[in-house]
Amino acid sequence: MNQSVTYIVKGRRQRRYRWILVTGLLLALACLLSCGMLLLGSTMYPAQDVFHVLMGEDISGVSFAVETIRLPRMLAGLFAGFAFGISGHTFQTMLRNPLASPDVIGITAGSSAAAVFCILILHASGTVVSIASVISGLITVLLIYIFSKGKTFSIGRLILVGIGMQAMLNALVSYLLLVGAQQDIPSALRWLNGSLNGSQMDELPPLMITVLFVAPIVIALGKHVSILELGEEAATTLGLHTDRTRMMLIVGAVSLLALATATTGPIAFVAFLSGPIAKRLVGVGLSNAIPAGLVGVNLVLGADLIGQFAFEVRYPVGVITGILGAPYLIFLLTRMNRKGNVS
Amino acid sequence: MSSLSDRQEHQKLSTIPKNFKVVLFIGLVLLGISVVASLAFGSRWVSVHELMEGLFYQNTDSYGGNVVRKRVPRTVFSLFCGAALGVSGALMQAVTRNPIADPSILGVNMGASLFVVCGITFLQITTANQYIWLALVGAMITAVFVFSIGSMGRGGATPLKLVLAGAATSAALSSLVTAIMLPRSYVMDQFRFWQVGSVGSANWDGIMLFIPFLIVGILIGFLTAPALNALALGDEVASVMGIRTGILRLMAAVAAVLLCGATTALAGPIGFVGLLSAHVIRLILGPNLRYIIPLSALSGAIILTISDCIGRLLGGTGELEVGVVTAFTGAPILILLAMKLRVRSL
Repeated sequence: MNQSVTYIVKGRRQRRYRWILVTGLLLALACLLSCGMLLLGSTMYPAQDVFHVLMGEDISGVSFAVETIRLPRMLAGLFAGFAFGISGHTFQTMLRNPLASPDVIGITAGSSAAAVFCILILHASGTVVSIASVISGLITVLLIYIFSKGKTFSIGRLILVGIGMQAMLNALVSYLLLVGAQQDIPSALRWLNGSLNGSQMDELPPLMITVLFVAPIVIALGKHVSILELGEEAATTLGLHTDRTRMMLIVGAVSLLALATATTGPIAFVAFLSGPIAKRLVGVGLSNAIPAGLVGVNLVLGADLIGQFAFEVRYPVGVITGILGAPYLIFLLTRMNRKGNVS
Repeated sequence: MSSLSDRQEHQKLSTIPKNFKVVLFIGLVLLGISVVASLAFGSRWVSVHELMEGLFYQNTDSYGGNVVRKRVPRTVFSLFCGAALGVSGALMQAVTRNPIADPSILGVNMGASLFVVCGITFLQITTANQYIWLALVGAMITAVFVFSIGSMGRGGATPLKLVLAGAATSAALSSLVTAIMLPRSYVMDQFRFWQVGSVGSANWDGIMLFIPFLIVGILIGFLTAPALNALALGDEVASVMGIRTGILRLMAAVAAVLLCGATTALAGPIGFVGLLSAHVIRLILGPNLRYIIPLSALSGAIILTISDCIGRLLGGTGELEVGVVTAFTGAPILILLAMKLRVRSL
């Protein structure tokens, strides 16, 4: 008896150490990549110059490159990656299926369509775009839920409905791009795949504010997510207001997702990949929201660096994450199919 | 109980559906309308007079007449592509015994696209003649790949597993297509339709090239239809009736891939036409493939041609690729089907 208690305590402690270790490493990597984003470029500036510029000094040449190009790009990637990671993880754990991530079931596409409509057709910016994309994301969630409810709820049906939604909304985005006379390739790629090109400082505040205020709430509710993971009955038995918790989580996760999408476009597969990778690194047992967010940051910044410098041509980040993410999706599918988890 | 329902099922399969003639008639009327619409509508609308002039007086030189004459190959091509995609969808649904099967949902069109784009970029391939073979190889490989992932594990190839495998593969392939095309603006400008699908660049040479594939594919479809009907009753029943299910499946799958691969080679990946047309027909006529296959060809041709008109009208000065239009109209069918599926069969 006593022995098993110590065993459990020991296990808990080990898991916590592992959580702290992994989170620390992810954080360190994120810092490294952020510095990379600031230091690397077509012209390399000495690190201390870049540092001085960040501290507010004005050095001709360096100031422009760092303050108007690299810093907004880095911050956009940082915050969007964190938002995508947390929101993907939240949906995946809430629906208890890694495939139920917002970018697979069309929620991202819903936000993206609204953002494109506001920016290219209405020429709106800032708050209007943010609010529209959040609302549109929530409507998409609602529609997917209504369509997939049926007589008995099934996650499989939800995913199928979501894939249909995704196809439809992407067609809508293509149409809006055409009508908005934005047939130039960079902007099309931004809205179909996601890109950090052309990120500007004044576009960032809505996303940053949302991440700073909403992400902590979603992370704090993460405890409850792990209870929700036990299933409806168990969660109710443990005294959780399942409906209220779920509602708050959905609104929070969709807000994060929508703001990130409105800023960078729907960066392919980041929301989908972050959760499973974090789970693999940390293991089960503790809330993975923060590691998932950090994995998202690392994915976006890493993929953007690869896209910018690894090839002769500069690829937008979404193309790189798309190529990285899709094989993982296939791998995950084969594993789930073998275990018989999909149906 | 089950033998009774089997018998009813079998009876349904051996008789002519009672509204067949009505449907055929309506279909032909719609086909006529869509052809006229496709010839007449676009960034410049032509009058009836000009339409007649363009079609029947070869040597007049009016502007409208020339516009119509330019639109003829495009119309013919979209009719053929639509027919091919319709039959391909019907065959795929029969082979996989899965209501949600369509060359685009299963990722096959994207596979064909990727191979063509690779061919253009790395092998300097320039003629449509060579595209077709590359596209067929790509379509074939993707079909095998998606089906083997989708049928792993318990329960074989359920609709959900197949759709997921297809969607994942499609996403991977389309990222690769983007990555290959992006740095090469000449490929991008000329062949942007390889990512969405468009019938706008049709010419008679392409159509001539396409016809043999269309004929062979549809012919195999017709020939295998009775046996596929038996397959719908289950593999055991089919083998009892003396059908070699393995070869049958292979034949029908090859025909389906032939049709959608050739279409993709010339028009790019056009989605959801097969799903849409085969389903509408199945809904009206019931499960007999002998009637579903020809009428899917008809409805596919109508759907694609009308979608192309809509794309031209919505595009303003440019035009909206037909693949975008069909995705927007076809995806709700996928949602509808998902809603109707029983949980067990997911």
